[in-house]
Amino acid sequence: MSEVPRFWRESRHRYRLVGTRCTNCDTLYFPPRVICPTCRRESVGKMKEEEMSGAGEIYSFTVVHDGLEQFKMQIPYVMALVKMKEGPFLTAQIVDCSPEEVKIGTKVTATLRKVRSEGKAGIIQYGYKFTICP
Amino acid sequence: MRDVYILGVGTTKFGELWDLSLRELASEAGLKAIMDAGIYAEDVDALYGANTSGGQFVDQEQIAALIADYSGITELNIPSIRIEAGSASGGAALMQAYLAVKSGQYSTVVVGGVEKMTDVPSEVATEIIGGSLDAEWETFFGATECSIAAMIARRHEFEGKAKRENYAMLPVISHKHASMNDTSHFKNVIKIEDVINASPVAEPLTVFDNAPISDGASALVISADLKKINNASHPIKIKSSSAANDFLSLHDRKSVDSFRAVKKSSDSALSLAGLDIGKIDALEIHDSYSIAALIQLEEILGKDAVKMTEGNDFYFNSSKPLNVSGGLKAHGNPLGTSGLYQAVEATVQLRGKAGQRQVKDPRNFLIHNMGGLGTTSVSTVIGVD
Amino acid sequence: MSSIVSYGSYIPRFRIRTEEIAKEWGENPENIKSGLFIHSKSVPGPDEDVLTISAEAAKNALRRTDLDKSKIGAIYVGSESHPYAVKPTSSILVEALGLTYDIHSADYEFACKAGTAAMQNVMAMVDSGQIENGMAIGADTSQGAPGDALEYSASAGGTAILIGKNGFADFNATLSFTTDTPDFWRREGEKYPSHGGRFTGEPAYFKHVLTGAKKMMDKMGTKPEDYDYAIFHQPNGKFPTRAAKMLGFNDEQVKDGLLTPYIGNTYSSSMIIGLSAVLDKAESGDRILGVAFGSGAGSDVFDMTVNDRVKSLKRERAKGVMEQVNNPIWIDYATYVKYRGKIIMRGA
Repeated sequence: MSEVPRFWRESRHRYRLVGTRCTNCDTLYFPPRVICPTCRRESVGKMKEEEMSGAGEIYSFTVVHDGLEQFKMQIPYVMALVKMKEGPFLTAQIVDCSPEEVKIGTKVTATLRKVRSEGKAGIIQYGYKFTICP
Repeated sequence: MRDVYILGVGTTKFGELWDLSLRELASEAGLKAIMDAGIYAEDVDALYGANTSGGQFVDQEQIAALIADYSGITELNIPSIRIEAGSASGGAALMQAYLAVKSGQYSTVVVGGVEKMTDVPSEVATEIIGGSLDAEWETFFGATECSIAAMIARRHEFEGKAKRENYAMLPVISHKHASMNDTSHFKNVIKIEDVINASPVAEPLTVFDNAPISDGASALVISADLKKINNASHPIKIKSSSAANDFLSLHDRKSVDSFRAVKKSSDSALSLAGLDIGKIDALEIHDSYSIAALIQLEEILGKDAVKMTEGNDFYFNSSKPLNVSGGLKAHGNPLGTSGLYQAVEATVQLRGKAGQRQVKDPRNFLIHNMGGLGTTSVSTVIGVD
Repeated sequence: MSSIVSYGSYIPRFRIRTEEIAKEWGENPENIKSGLFIHSKSVPGPDEDVLTISAEAAKNALRRTDLDKSKIGAIYVGSESHPYAVKPTSSILVEALGLTYDIHSADYEFACKAGTAAMQNVMAMVDSGQIENGMAIGADTSQGAPGDALEYSASAGGTAILIGKNGFADFNATLSFTTDTPDFWRREGEKYPSHGGRFTGEPAYFKHVLTGAKKMMDKMGTKPEDYDYAIFHQPNGKFPTRAAKMLGFNDEQVKDGLLTPYIGNTYSSSMIIGLSAVLDKAESGDRILGVAFGSGAGSDVFDMTVNDRVKSLKRERAKGVMEQVNNPIWIDYATYVKYRGKIIMRGA
């Protein structure tokens, strides 16, 4: 079963880290939101899309041994809470490293990767992951 | 406003119940509760069914209609509604049933929870359990629920709030209590080292920090009908029930190593019951993950909670009995059922019928059921007058 | 004429040594190393493909310039391992790079010279005034059949060349030479390519590379010593070294653009990743000859001169080729076959 529209709709957010800024309180949100949770109705019509730089640092992390089937190739894989330079936090995989290299505070940068695919014949879902800055 | 009582309780065994289907589990628990209450189907005004992910585990929605149907009460056209709030479904259903009776709309209600998790392989169950996270922004990118719990644990430890041993102690307590409970998924007693040294699931958490994948159903009959209350062998009062929510995703919260919704719902439940925490004789909390249990204790009991894990305070025969049922960790975690089994345990304990694990003369239980990791929080105070 | 405005490459960090492959197939690694002149090759991670590699290469190119992205009017991606048989890599890149939707785009295929064919098309569009700037990318995650000689060389990498007016390296001329020569091919739906063994040498690689290079030097009235750098398509370390020698180039002119011994053959990126390494160090006035070869067969030849604007190029804003070459994560053969999908998985 293909779920193309659901993933296609988020492409720009997942490819380029496009979030939304509430121009009422000047706070940037990622993942994108339609309503600012601080300004609520004052924010209606004032949420503007904004792309993040991709720079961030690890706020917390884990090494996943019992993971999702789609990520089997990479087990054990590192998942992290990343604090982006622009403020928002997000949940993402840290790749191209050994788990020992990952620490709270480690600087990371976004990279575009295959995240999932709908089998061998279906659509490939791309999105952000992070690599450790040298 | 009128008082609401638990007239009867019923539960199945929890565990890998290969012979039993979702509908069989649900009707077994429901029937036991009705018989325990000393009532008949004709006495039931409504049925509230708690279930987290039947649509994914067994391809079944309209679960409450199915439960009513296979419990043999459909001829009576009893309204049957499913409540879903992730793994807080049970607690949420109990709260809705309580409010419905309290309001006067219904006099007597059956509230039951059921989850049939073992019909799918454990990898699939891991995916389904992840459904309580944000599908688009957490699960999509590889997060499992345990991985989120692990990131909470890592940060909590980094902030110096507790050590590994403090939360590794909580599964040890739950296993001890479960060993004395006939319906437990696990009956083995474990040590702190077993927890810390077990196979990692998401570091630092191991298999023993995680509640198991279990099948099981539990049900209660609650009522405000004075005649039925007087006829019941041992009615127990629901003194309050209160819920609160936080952001769905951990990454959107102001703090990742505290559960503000837990504080809000438990404070509110205590205040509605007119009690302070000192008057609570025992706690049943949502120990789906050891670290989640520790943070709930910090929110409910305050800063002493961490220190208390270093002594014997939380055992059934000590000062603050915790998860005397065996908790989700060792009695089992059939998601949507968990909150209702907590209420079953509290009722049995308050009746003084818990056998080996009986808490001495309890008057009030606080039960806390949680959806996801601090997202949905439901606190209920159950006690005797 | 058009010029290179910016450039960037991406090489996956995973690498496998020749010894690791040789020991599985009972070969003497020293024979491979001296015969093919390949010590190691790059391997794409399980979450990398031509789209992700192209995106990273292109982002590196964009980092090195202050050009307004909306001024990029075309994007073409050359590869023989596009993630989709039908569904363009280039259209995904438009979104991934945040380019304007008012853009020409297509995917190219011509074995290892699809990337340079894309460059020639972008150059023509810039020269004709159709667009102001365009991006040409060559990237591959090529596969060699297990046990085949190609398994030592088929690697992964990508290079993006941003072409426009007033860049830092001028194209003096470009030409191509094409014949029907079946030296290497892959049929639709087949996982691994086939090749003509020794037939890939003299009648294919050498004929097209030497002819192309000679025609360029004839056209421009140049001799090998007029070039500071010469880069040849590099299916292994040996062919380009021999071609250079036959044409009269010395080691000094060739060594900076010769990467296959360390990262393998990146196919559509092969010559241009060498060009990228040369551009990482080239100075104003340097003249560069680049000869790409694609099986099937043909060559694309470029004569370029670096100008004064190289001084304002922000090279340091992106990782250079050698910096990436020297940042490996070594893997064994078992990990390699797992990552490359060479083992049969359930449900696959």
